[in-house]
Amino acid sequence: MSGEFHDSVVKALGDDALRQHLRRAMDSLIEKRLAVFPDQDALQALRRYGMAIRGNALSKLPQLLERFEARCEENGVHVHWAETTDEANKIVFEILQSNDVKRLVKGKSMVSEEMGLNHFLEDKGIECLESDLGEFIIQLAGETPSHIVMPALHKSKQEIAELFHEKFPDIPYSDDVDELTAVARGILREKFMQADAGISGVNFLIAETGTLCLVENEGNGRMSTTVPRLHIAVTGIEKVVEKLADVPPLLSLLTRSATGQPITTYFNMIKGPRQPGEKDGPQEVHLVLLDNGRSRIFADEELQATLRCIRCGACINHCPIYTRLGGHAYGTVYPGPIGSILEPQKEGLERLGELAEASTLCGACGEVCPVRIPIPKLLNRLRWEGVRQDGTGETSGQGRRRKHSESLAWKGWSSLASRPVLYRIAVKSACRFRRLLPQQLGPWTHVRKAPEIAEKPLRELVEVQGFTDE
Amino acid sequence: MPRTVYFFATCLVDMFYPNAGLAGMALIKREGLKVIYPRNQTCCGQPAYNAGYRDEARKVAAAQLDLFPGNHPIVVPSGSCAGMMKHHYPDLFFGKPEHAKAVDVADRVWELTGFLTDVLNIKLKDLGEPLRVALHTSCSTRREMGMAHAGESLLAQLDAVEVVEQTHKAECCGFGGSFAVKQPEISSAMVRDKTEALRATEASLVVSQDSGCLMNIGGAIEHQGEGPKTQHIAEFLWERTRER
Ligand code: SF4
Repeated sequence: MSGEFHDSVVKALGDDALRQHLRRAMDSLIEKRLAVFPDQDALQALRRYGMAIRGNALSKLPQLLERFEARCEENGVHVHWAETTDEANKIVFEILQSNDVKRLVKGKSMVSEEMGLNHFLEDKGIECLESDLGEFIIQLAGETPSHIVMPALHKSKQEIAELFHEKFPDIPYSDDVDELTAVARGILREKFMQADAGISGVNFLIAETGTLCLVENEGNGRMSTTVPRLHIAVTGIEKVVEKLADVPPLLSLLTRSATGQPITTYFNMIKGPRQPGEKDGPQEVHLVLLDNGRSRIFADEELQATLRCIRCGACINHCPIYTRLGGHAYGTVYPGPIGSILEPQKEGLERLGELAEASTLCGACGEVCPVRIPIPKLLNRLRWEGVRQDGTGETSGQGRRRKHSESLAWKGWSSLASRPVLYRIAVKSACRFRRLLPQQLGPWTHVRKAPEIAEKPLRELVEVQGFTDE
Repeated sequence: MPRTVYFFATCLVDMFYPNAGLAGMALIKREGLKVIYPRNQTCCGQPAYNAGYRDEARKVAAAQLDLFPGNHPIVVPSGSCAGMMKHHYPDLFFGKPEHAKAVDVADRVWELTGFLTDVLNIKLKDLGEPLRVALHTSCSTRREMGMAHAGESLLAQLDAVEVVEQTHKAECCGFGGSFAVKQPEISSAMVRDKTEALRATEASLVVSQDSGCLMNIGGAIEHQGEGPKTQHIAEFLWERTRER
């Protein structure tokens, strides 16, 4: 990771146009969110409520999943469990195969990105068409999402216009957003009619009723889940909530935090296949529930908070690092603060532990998270996991980021700073001989002057000023 | 109102900004309180804690726990060190024999500017020349300690000081302790944006509650050439209001 991450950071920072574009986009998202949370007290109360709902669900996750599965079976939804992304891909493929599916449309789903589902299916000769506008754009461009809510956020209007022009030369060039959207809609409409199956993600699973909830703005989610005869939903096992009444507050938190919308244009509640006498809906509905490391995260009392996430992206929108880099530089499915706590746990600290270090712990993410995930605290915890040696706990890659030189330095520092008499001598000497200390401090002094050590430390001056210790 | 406080100056103030420490103590003393400087203080342990080295952090933090035997507030001229003591000591010592002591210390910790406004309700009389000043409230003071109002209201009390606001004022300056060394490119990009925003205000001085931010922002401005000076807010407040 290290070299890779460093290279992509340097590349991203070199792209001035991207940075300006991101800054504008983030500023506008931040403003929109603020506008829909005018009352601080109400916001904080709602965040506490959101945290309680998600915390409660996680506290009885196994039972809720069982209950949910039972309801689904009653409703006629087939539930499949996948421990790994490979398993999940295989399950989806088998369902598609037994239904003789050649073409499918997809609604937006980050879990399908986690699975690498499109690639997997296309290798097997099944055509997957992304129907969410943002996903459609990045699929055309052959890219991956750079944001969990707005996958094509990194692309400017002009870039999108050029992309459309290149891919659909028959359609006249335009950089008008409405016209571009109309072009995409036209293409997608036809595909919906031809598709043998629709694949979607899920925002909430309701244990009480066995309902799958899907939040979206374009209607493509509704089309993907109702027009084709087969619907397959994929999602993570953590998405379950206990009851129907839990959904409205979470939905409100989600849409406001994500895009500053009081509610999205569409909110789909899917409870099963088409019933006798109904005019639309799929004949068959399947749900694939993916673990992919979530059980391991669940097993740790503190890190479990990671699973409260409702994927609103607010932490990303407020992150000063993401604003500088964009999503691709992270090299992971989930970028930004949520990615920096989730991905190292999912993929192991050895490979992705650096992401937990790539934060100033400024707290902007934790401040806005609608379910109050203490992201900075979890980043700190993962840093510890990366260097700890006692071999307890569940985090994969524990201790693998420990470097001998670094641990020696901290040991030396702690021996000194825990011995006041020695420390006093060290500080006084540093001040006395400050002119002899180096003025070049590695990367620090590439863009900054070295800090100046005082002629006399405070501990000496206080005595002169008559401050004492009793 | 307390009659005595402990002053925990932090390792950076000790070595790099001793005048800020003296000024913070003088401001409190002028309000009629006794200020105790425990001479055996070293560092709150934050650097190692944020690097993931919790055993080493705990060893250093443990050496601070006995410095505050009386039941007095502990005032810290840094949001991030105050945050470490207030919000992370209880976790760091969880399950250890020192836990109760750590919680007691945590309960008494105040960030300096917050203490001046929220506890002492200090009234400042500005004796200085007209000056244009920008405030960079450190992320820990703002978010972890919830004390963004304090610096703003203290500066607002200074009649001859015009406080100007930089764009994206709540955004991190890119210091982040070891972050600045481990991710130097991102840190540089952040501090460049921060200094640009501060320069655009045409302030002649930038003040902050945290030494880390001052080193970062001040170091960058000096490296770039001419620009606003930087100063710890305690030192600035003291200089503006000191009877000579
Ligand atoms: S961690 Fe919180 S802020 Fe970030 S995406 Fe998840 S719910 Fe939203």
